[in-house]
Amino acid sequence: MTDTKKTQFVLTDDLFEKLHEDEKNNEFIAVSSKTYLQDAWHSFRKNRLAMVSLVFLAVMVLLAIFVPIFSPYTYDGQDLNARNALPSLAHWLGTDKFGRDIFVRIMCGARISLSVGFAAAFINLVIGVVYGGICGYFGGKLDMILMRIADIIYAIPSMLYVIMVMLVFGSNIFSVLLAISVSGWIGMARQVRTQVMSLKEREFAQAALVMGASHNRILYKHLIINCIGPIIVNTTLMVPNAIFTEAFLAFVGIGISIPQASWGTMANEARALLQNYPIQMLWPVLAISLTMLSLNFIGDGLNEALDPKKR
Amino acid sequence: MTKYISKRVLFGIATLFVLATVTFFMMYLIPGSPFAGELKGVSESIRERLIAQYDLDKPIMLRYIKYLKNVLAGDFGTSLHRKGALVTDIIAKGIPYTAALGTVAFCVAMSLGTLLGALAAFTRQRWIKGSVSFIATIGVSIPSFLIALLMMVVFGVKLHWLPLVGLGGWKNYIMPSLALALGPIAMISRLVKSGLQEELRQDYITLARSKGTAFVVIVFRHALKNALLPVVTYAGPLLATLITGSFVVETMFTIPGIGAEFVNSVTNRDYTLIMALTIFYGALLIIANILTDVIAAAIDPRVRLK
Repeated sequence: MTDTKKTQFVLTDDLFEKLHEDEKNNEFIAVSSKTYLQDAWHSFRKNRLAMVSLVFLAVMVLLAIFVPIFSPYTYDGQDLNARNALPSLAHWLGTDKFGRDIFVRIMCGARISLSVGFAAAFINLVIGVVYGGICGYFGGKLDMILMRIADIIYAIPSMLYVIMVMLVFGSNIFSVLLAISVSGWIGMARQVRTQVMSLKEREFAQAALVMGASHNRILYKHLIINCIGPIIVNTTLMVPNAIFTEAFLAFVGIGISIPQASWGTMANEARALLQNYPIQMLWPVLAISLTMLSLNFIGDGLNEALDPKKR
Repeated sequence: MTKYISKRVLFGIATLFVLATVTFFMMYLIPGSPFAGELKGVSESIRERLIAQYDLDKPIMLRYIKYLKNVLAGDFGTSLHRKGALVTDIIAKGIPYTAALGTVAFCVAMSLGTLLGALAAFTRQRWIKGSVSFIATIGVSIPSFLIALLMMVVFGVKLHWLPLVGLGGWKNYIMPSLALALGPIAMISRLVKSGLQEELRQDYITLARSKGTAFVVIVFRHALKNALLPVVTYAGPLLATLITGSFVVETMFTIPGIGAEFVNSVTNRDYTLIMALTIFYGALLIIANILTDVIAAAIDPRVRLK
């Protein structure tokens, strides 16, 4: 062993230099710090397609609320002198075979379609998050059994349940919601389960457990909150799915009963007049397509904005 | 591999059993008796005979067991709407139309989807990339029956290019099969595009290039083979999309397939036909899913190991 000479450093004032006056604020961060959601909104705003879709949807919601209130026409008010009219100043989108104003009917249809879409998305969000959360958090046999049940429900094409539920519970808005909710939550449950499974092994979850937090608290306050991004995206994409299912049922003739105007019902009614008045078909088809497209664009935009890896 | 297959088959049988059970009890739950309207003014003895013939006096569990036995024997009874017609005959009559349309739509979806996906992966032209992703977005977000309606308005009513109903000649297949295929085209082109882009970055492609292999050979012999794996796994569920999509597409183009038959049976409340078709669809899709899983496992060992 060689003998090493020990030197001792003494920090003296002359080793340091005073910071120049105008350098003092170099480390100052001028931008106020942003929360996760503020940050996401900032990057969502830059997605032009998603922003246009958001504005379109907002206008649609406002029109759906106010047009039926302030319009001189109602969704079932017939005017037999103005049947199958083309678009004009009096009837912006024309009238149907009973002389009902198509614009007002489209907006009443928007009320039904949008509320079915959002309500179904909300129901599936709750069921999916709770189910997937429980499976992922507790794991083991419980997870095995619950996921096999979900697999079986998922293996059967959803249209089959949907139609059966409509036959058993009748044609109203609640059976439409019930029908959509039979299998709609499974995608969400699977996603939440995978996320929770990996998150629960992380240190912050372990720390919470050691500190005596209840399972409920860990699951909902710590784990679910951390996968909020994919959950929001998934919920957004559920809305157009529900709108499609409702329109499909109405189109086949087992949806919400007439004379209530759903977009699917209107498309179905216009089908009989397709040869003579194809324009009547155009409006409901456009309404459904544009709404579904814009919701999909919003979903894509959110997907990019909420996932830091995708930016 | 045998273990994997038997596991999948067992799961399929369990699913089918659940489906049959759910269908039975759902139909049981529908309010009203099947003879509610018809038995007015019919003598008491005939009513009792009818009720006995259809076992309506037996407890529900007994009827359920008998129903399961009949289903296993392939006996689905007679149609309630078309008196005397065997349900199995009605289905057998519809299958050729649905199968023909489904096959055309499947081939269109697979070929166009792969073509568009490959095009988007290789091209440097921005407008080609843009239009492929536009088609993909439209296909994913607009349901098949709306696309069918739009095409009917434009090509059938306005331009008179294509016939609106039936399955007479090759022209009849264009609109319904495109309507069915557009969604799958969108999905497949996305899968192929991302698969190819991923594959072309791999080392073995660089090696093949440095050895002077022609680009076409690299794409078709090497890259496409691996990039198509996710497409194979998608092909099974694709059958599901084509069949469920055909419910309304068949009705609209008045094609007498089983999709249209299903929609009609629903509007006519023809319960025996609904039950039979539900189980038929379920079985078809479950078999398709098992086959896809097995094929995917055979091609890609990673799937088996999971």
